[in-house]
Amino acid sequence: MTDLPTSPLPALLVGLPILMATLSLFFRTRGKALVGLVGCLLTAGLSFIAFAEVTRRGTLIHILGGWDPPLGILLRMDPLAAVFIGMTAAVGAFISLYAWWYFRAQESTGGAFPLFWPLWLFLWAGLNGLFLSNDLFNLFVTIEVIGISAVALAVLSGKVAALFAGLRYLLAAIAGSMAYLFGVALLYGSTGTLDIGLLGQALEPGPATTFALLVITLGLMIKTASFPFHFWLPPAHSSALAPVSALLSALVVKGTFYILLRLWTEVFGVSLTFAAGQLIGLAGAAAVIWGSWQAFMQTNLKLVVAHSSVAQLGYLLMIFPLLVLAPGVTAGSADWLSSAWTAGVYQVMAHAFAKSSFFLSAGIIIMALGHDRIESLRDLATRMPMTVMAMGLAGVSLIGLPPSGGFMAKWMLLKGIFLSGQWWWAPAVLAGSMLAAGYVFRILRLAFAPAAEKQTWRPVPVALQLVALLLALASFLIVFPADYLVQFLESSKIFGSGVETIVEGGGDGNY
Amino acid sequence: MEPYQIYGLASAVLFVIGIAGLFAARHFLKKIIATNIMGGGVFLCFVSFAQRDALAFADPVPHAMVITGIVVAVSSAAFALALTRRINQLTGEESFPNDK
Repeated sequence: MTDLPTSPLPALLVGLPILMATLSLFFRTRGKALVGLVGCLLTAGLSFIAFAEVTRRGTLIHILGGWDPPLGILLRMDPLAAVFIGMTAAVGAFISLYAWWYFRAQESTGGAFPLFWPLWLFLWAGLNGLFLSNDLFNLFVTIEVIGISAVALAVLSGKVAALFAGLRYLLAAIAGSMAYLFGVALLYGSTGTLDIGLLGQALEPGPATTFALLVITLGLMIKTASFPFHFWLPPAHSSALAPVSALLSALVVKGTFYILLRLWTEVFGVSLTFAAGQLIGLAGAAAVIWGSWQAFMQTNLKLVVAHSSVAQLGYLLMIFPLLVLAPGVTAGSADWLSSAWTAGVYQVMAHAFAKSSFFLSAGIIIMALGHDRIESLRDLATRMPMTVMAMGLAGVSLIGLPPSGGFMAKWMLLKGIFLSGQWWWAPAVLAGSMLAAGYVFRILRLAFAPAAEKQTWRPVPVALQLVALLLALASFLIVFPADYLVQFLESSKIFGSGVETIVEGGGDGNY
Repeated sequence: MEPYQIYGLASAVLFVIGIAGLFAARHFLKKIIATNIMGGGVFLCFVSFAQRDALAFADPVPHAMVITGIVVAVSSAAFALALTRRINQLTGEESFPNDK
């Protein structure tokens, strides 16, 4: 791995946000926001430069301090990592701009929350570090950085509801990362290495490996808020400030999904069975149905959007049963692998753009009305046409209607499902879309209905509405470079690869 | 039975006690202590692997990782305690409202 082109960019992607976050701590309210915003824009710019560099030169590595991997830390930026870093930068830059105007508009009423900026930059550094890490312990450190800064952001408003939700989130996050670390300890004990590449070769099937797979998967599922561990997500995401809700839903939960995807395809090949894939797929399908149904039943806009996140994350887990090949199938003959991978990557991107836009729109409505009861959304279409447009577009992407990014993801998922012959997943995908249509149109119907009573609408800066609309549009625009993007991802070693099931010799994998 | 196997089993027991406590206990402080017990189990597991292959010397890498892990666990626990204290100041509650 050390013979790949070296570049300082991976180290800068982690170092710059940490530097700017620390720098911003030396300033007062206004200065903190300014340094924070500059830091965000610089990090986003750097991410795009790094993305372009990877498209030009292929996978980049950086060896920190010149210490070679067994002892030192190696950062690796392959096309898959580059796509996740680019997505984080695009969504993060929009949310940063929104946050700048959002906190400015509320400065006079004590709603400036300057600590948002250093915390968000630490979170960003953690996310970039996670995408770049190549060993399991480093991943643990990054998920802790992400977890602590995410909880600190979630409780930023200081309201009682947010504190309760934040503590619940923190306890779930600690349990998840401890379970993950337990698995890491077992893997280190049985192989003596933590490098993802070396582990993939050195790991042998056996009870220890199976147990490590089990606790790592469960730990990461808690942190990804997968069914049945989703209990902490709706309260935490709905009680946070608008820009924070958008960050938590769009980016934070995707980090642990990324680890899960990498570990399943790169490390755990030897002890995964067809049944394990089916089991995690079942958790995904249950999340899709249950989350969408709960979203449909809520009476507050932010709770609808938060429950919809549970459902949309379920689709991500549904690609795992397609990646684990049935006994007797080889990766060469499994022509659905590329579809399943494309579905996963597109679902991550489409959900990031659409959901952040939806949460930002909800923030605009709370700013205008002072609350987010769905019944009060009447007459919204004449008051704030731009926000209704943004919610409509983001909603279309969440439902998965063409030509949105969400459509691309669900279409490729269905294609993978039918090509692989695992038709039993299709009803869950379709029912999820139906229910999503239900909760989106329920909101839009009221937005176009005439006002029932007189409400006071406070003015909201146009810039906020514009950012939400641009994010919603972006969830459509990502479809256009699809051909190019899939081609780029295919140069990544793991993209389009599957996990071949052990028929004999891996007998302990049948849990 | 080798010493490291005894440590390994003890660590698994501690981990399970921690998990059970996290779900069963209602008081915030008990939940936080439960996460610390989970952490104790994990760190014991790490350290027990340092001398497994009857090497002449102990493997230093698990110790380095455990130190980092302890730092992380202490800061998470401190953060959880700070949240608990704030909740208690604002509402007087000592457990989550719906599982009383």
